Amino acid sequence: MAYSDKVIDHYSNPRNVGTLDKSKKNVGTGLVGAPECGDVMRLQIEVDENNIITDAKFKTFGCGSAIASSSLATEWLKGKSIDDAITIDNMDIVEELALPPVKIHCSVLAEDAIKSAINDYRVKNGLPALELEKSHH
Amino acid sequence: MLTTPIYLDNNATTPMDPRVLEAMLPYFTQKFGNAASRNHPFGWVAEEAVDYAREQVAKLIGASEKEIIFTSGATESDNLAIKGVYEMYKDKGNHIITLTTEHKAVLDTCKHLEKLGAQVTYLEVESDGLLDLQKLEAAMTPQTILVSVMYGNNEIGVIQPIKEISAIAHKHGALFFSDATQAVGKIPVNVNEDGIDLMAFTGHKMYGPKGVGALYVRRKNPRVKVTSQMDGGGHERGMRSGTLNVPGIVGFGKACELCQLEMEQDAKRLSALRDKLENSLLELEESYVNGNKQNRLPHTTNISFKYVEGEGLMMAMKDMAVSSGSACTSASLEPSYVLKNLGLSDDLAHSSIRFGLGRFTTEEEVDFAIENTKKAVNHLRELSPLWEMFKEGIDLDSIEWAEH
Ligand SMILES: Cc1ncc(COP(=O)(O)O)c(C=O)c1O
Ligand code: FES
Repeated sequence: MAYSDKVIDHYSNPRNVGTLDKSKKNVGTGLVGAPECGDVMRLQIEVDENNIITDAKFKTFGCGSAIASSSLATEWLKGKSIDDAITIDNMDIVEELALPPVKIHCSVLAEDAIKSAINDYRVKNGLPALELEKSHH
Repeated sequence: MLTTPIYLDNNATTPMDPRVLEAMLPYFTQKFGNAASRNHPFGWVAEEAVDYAREQVAKLIGASEKEIIFTSGATESDNLAIKGVYEMYKDKGNHIITLTTEHKAVLDTCKHLEKLGAQVTYLEVESDGLLDLQKLEAAMTPQTILVSVMYGNNEIGVIQPIKEISAIAHKHGALFFSDATQAVGKIPVNVNEDGIDLMAFTGHKMYGPKGVGALYVRRKNPRVKVTSQMDGGGHERGMRSGTLNVPGIVGFGKACELCQLEMEQDAKRLSALRDKLENSLLELEESYVNGNKQNRLPHTTNISFKYVEGEGLMMAMKDMAVSSGSACTSASLEPSYVLKNLGLSDDLAHSSIRFGLGRFTTEEEVDFAIENTKKAVNHLRELSPLWEMFKEGIDLDSIEWAEH
């Protein structure tokens, strides 16, 4: 299967690879997937006092599409408020990266990672965790 | 000059040797006859070519030409051997023994027969991929009519103790079949020395054409029979009907002849290159060879690079054609069942890459592969949360992974 240019670009030059200090109160961490499934994604956000995401980092163990999805997600997250960020839908990622049907779940993983990072931040900061619709797969 | 992408997936298929193509070409155009046309020169020419190829094929495996049944490839030969033996001998017994690490063409054929009343034992291999002979001995019953064990494994390249296995089968009155698709033409295979009663192999894994293969069926001590799975004009002594693929058979014959002549030097050169590749890649931390390293095809190595995922890794090894044991379970594919049967944990199975060298692989290509793979593994480890946790000394098994 051939990959789209955008997948290849994110994969070869991943944006925002790295680690934020997860013990900090204004950092939210989402860790989703499992090694035995062949994919683990860790996505982190740093949020300012106005609930704006000022930094985002990821590390992913997985296929090229999973890496590209998480790299793209970090780009999209920066500068967004956490309320806007929670609305990012995996199908937006699918569209942007032109993922084929068998790779849709890689984008779902990225959506799950975003939501789980935001919730981690919310809980740390006394906000109620958002009820997340169970991911679609 | 190195031209990319380089091809290191010769266990999947090999390029055809130009000398094979050359031998085949006349049989598409001028010499197009049907080998079964007995009453004119077009048929005679074709038949003669097939006879010659049959000798070339037989010679490579130490058989007589009457023992070679041409088929469309190893999948068909596997089917013909196992179904054919079962149907022919099922009054004697209904028990078949095989391995969990066999090719799907063997496993799924056995599953098919189970639905028809066969009893099949799937023996587990040891962690190095080899069969423990005592387990085979213990599994044999008076009902056992067939033992089916592959010669060399397609994913990890391990070579089973074929002589010992056939001896055990024979001691208990069973026939021995081997899928030798990966071994014939790569290492010396002799059906008499190895005690093989039936054997499947194929042209496109030994620098011959695709769509043509053979089943060896022993004619003496004992005389083995299989029921045909393809009925019709009674070709191939009634065991496989269908107009013979003359150009394909000519090419297959030529490929066998070339392997016979060049196998030894190819194997020597390739095992040196394979070892260079393997040893260089093992310099990477947390990398492991899968399968027994001694009893192994000379051109194959299968390595797990822990904490990176195979499919992602293949993508990073741009300009290299290799194969991965990984298949993300979320995409509802299973990681390699062969690696899992060695007892590899799923994450190591997901991290594996198979390198298959071939007659046309050069040292320059191997050097490129080493460089490229190391770079890719390092790149992906930079991206891997698991590598980071490993480096921090976190036990990955202690983490409760979220279902997703
Ligand atoms: C061990 C083994 N058996 C059978 C086959 C199938 O061979 P063919 O493609 O000729 O049907 C292969 C090749 O994929 C193989 O490696
Ligand atoms: S993460 Fe499963 S195939 Fe991409």
